[in-house]
Amino acid sequence: MKKNEVPQDDENLFEGKFKVVKYALDDDGNYGTVGSSGWEPENTVLNQAWDEINKKVEATLKKIQSGELSPLAYHMEKNIMDVGMLSQYMDISKRNVSKHLEPNGFNSLDEKTLIKYAEVFDISVEELKKIE
Amino acid sequence: MKIDFEHRQSAHCETGVISNLMRHHGLDISEPLALGIGSGLFFSHMPFIKVNGLPVTTYRIMPGDIFKKFSKRTGVEMKRQKFSSPEKAMDALDACLEQGLPVGMLTSVFYLPYLPRAFRFHFNAHNIVVYGKEGNDYLVSDPILEEPVKIDRRMLIRARFAKGMPNTNGRMYYPTHVPQDVDINAAIIKGLKYTAKDMGTIPIPFFGGKAIGFLAGRVANYEKKYGEDEAKKYLGNIVRMQEEIGTGGAGFRFMFGAFLQEASGRLGNPMLHKKSLEITKIGDLWRNFAYDCGRMVKGRANGMTYQDLADQLSDIGRREIIFFQSIHKMKF
Repeated sequence: MKKNEVPQDDENLFEGKFKVVKYALDDDGNYGTVGSSGWEPENTVLNQAWDEINKKVEATLKKIQSGELSPLAYHMEKNIMDVGMLSQYMDISKRNVSKHLEPNGFNSLDEKTLIKYAEVFDISVEELKKIE
Repeated sequence: MKIDFEHRQSAHCETGVISNLMRHHGLDISEPLALGIGSGLFFSHMPFIKVNGLPVTTYRIMPGDIFKKFSKRTGVEMKRQKFSSPEKAMDALDACLEQGLPVGMLTSVFYLPYLPRAFRFHFNAHNIVVYGKEGNDYLVSDPILEEPVKIDRRMLIRARFAKGMPNTNGRMYYPTHVPQDVDINAAIIKGLKYTAKDMGTIPIPFFGGKAIGFLAGRVANYEKKYGEDEAKKYLGNIVRMQEEIGTGGAGFRFMFGAFLQEASGRLGNPMLHKKSLEITKIGDLWRNFAYDCGRMVKGRANGMTYQDLADQLSDIGRREIIFFQSIHKMKF
């Protein structure tokens, strides 16, 4: 890659905060660094990953509205976690987390556990009970 | 309290932290040199290990190993610590800062609020340097950023105590002894030979240059085996690992090219300069591959098939094996 080929395909994924460094050759064949504001294929696959996450969140919301899942499921998906990771953060078993993902299990949670979940997601207990 | 620490932006976090920390302790090491001495470049495809349901493809050695190999080959001694509680971890950090020592640490990018949202996944092996404290804020040199930033204590604790793969456990490190008479040339040769040997000669299909051909075989069957949607996810993940922040482009191949040039100059070995241009060509092929994968993911394949993508990978694999074997045979 030559320095003038370092892509500048800015899709605002960096939010204008910085450019990343890429190594590239100058006209004399010597390496140096150039800032890049993004590259189209890179943007494509990054957006692809987020589309997947957003799809999961959407599907979870529907299941919460139909009473299949508790609001906890929404916060878990929104924080890109799965049952395994959430159980590690909570220091409880996966089985218990799965139970709390069901409306009945969630509604019978004590205040202490609710606070712990809220802390993991860095929100209040009120927010934990809502889906927005 | 602020340590006089020079922040230089890098392409990759681990090599960037090595370069910045070493320079602070009087050892002038560029980022490409850190990569080369630490034998950072690698390739591996492990379909039996999945992260978020996608098989692992990596263009580098294990996180943390670049620093370990670099230290071993230069005689740098490091103190590495992990902690059972955030309080202990933060106290140890504060104590180092009091002594004027900048501290490297492992963090999860998910909890680093200064990073753009789009990049904040649960990646728990991001290296940063903390070099000061102002009130409740810590001063951070994050190697991938242009400028140093601040992070408040609460968020730093979250980033230092992330769970998952791996648990960060407040891991931190700093040099306790940096020799001022390091034989850089010897370290370069050691690092280079190690990479050449692993990439060129490992007989197991999942590791080294061979693994690129192995991945090619998998890619050829992606659509048949997993269906269109899943195949695209698999493909996207290969490209993400290759081009996402921190590789310097083309899965570290360009940064490695920069290393070979620097090595060529230091060792007075013109052949390594020639090799640098060869790996650059291979890097360009990686980029073409990523570009075509991007088209496939976007549904703009225009008749291009998964077999075509696999053929590109096979070609890259053959070239990398020949390339690294030729370095493996070089006498220094």
